[in-house]
Amino acid sequence: MQITVNGETAVIAKMSVLDYLRTLEIDPARVAVELNLDILPKAKYAETVIADGDRIEIVHFVGGG
Amino acid sequence: MSEASDNLVIAGRAFSSRLMVGTGKYASMEQMVRAIELSGAEIITVAVRRVNLDRSKESLLDHIDLKRYTLLPNTAGCYTAEDAIRTCRLAREAGMSDFVKLEVLGDEKTLFPDNEELLKAAKVLVAEGFTVLPYCSDDVILCRKLEDIGCAAVMPLGAPIGSGLGIRNPYNIRLIMDAVSVPVIVDAGVGTASDAAIAMELGVDGVLMNTGIAGARNPLAMAEAMNLAVRAGRLAYLAGRIPKKLYATASSPIEGMI
Repeated sequence: MQITVNGETAVIAKMSVLDYLRTLEIDPARVAVELNLDILPKAKYAETVIADGDRIEIVHFVGGG
Repeated sequence: MSEASDNLVIAGRAFSSRLMVGTGKYASMEQMVRAIELSGAEIITVAVRRVNLDRSKESLLDHIDLKRYTLLPNTAGCYTAEDAIRTCRLAREAGMSDFVKLEVLGDEKTLFPDNEELLKAAKVLVAEGFTVLPYCSDDVILCRKLEDIGCAAVMPLGAPIGSGLGIRNPYNIRLIMDAVSVPVIVDAGVGTASDAAIAMELGVDGVLMNTGIAGARNPLAMAEAMNLAVRAGRLAYLAGRIPKKLYATASSPIEGMI
């Protein structure tokens, strides 16, 4: 299925947000995830399954003023 | 008043340092960490950005001791209330804290705030339980409105972000201090230690800076200089300066002259 992650198109197998973060080698504790413009609470990463056409934003903290 | 008991209190939380520093523009993570240590700051600003999915997943947070520092995520680069609100919600989820430095910019050249959008965003965020510290113009009426909305502090600029021009309108800063009861933090414009001291001598509650330290030829030395300047300025404010006079007053007694 096809999704949009951080503005880029990606083709992935059906899986949970938590599994997807693991695939990307991202520590769930270090990021925030927005699913179709809504914040996805960390507690829901495991139970939320990514669907075809989903738009996902994965952000973290970087240096800034 | 001694320095020891002189805390900065924001939304009920006490901080012993009145200097807040940014984490951007450093040559390396190691330099950033050391500069923050030398600055003595307890509140540090960070930006919220997309994770680069192709690169190493090294995180800023791997380098920052979260037991020691309070993160203040910013909304830098946001030009609408909507974008700023979205960024704050993401920041809260990423950092598990309600503190946000709200900035809504109006212009790329000056990076001056769009105060209309700022007020809109602040209203929504306060209602959602955020502790909002807004970067704003040095405008008394605006600062009063931000306080009325429920912002935890106001953070008027000393000069444009990254300009190093110092405190360009100290009179406005003083008027803002008189007009609001929340902490006043001078945010942006500080170029060197004396700028920070001048801000603190006005009696503001704190100073926030990034480029002033990170952009210095020796950021570590400047971090220490800013630490000392903020403390010196605060102590001088508490001590109460002498009035300025046109003519001299002798320091040595006239009596007993030979």
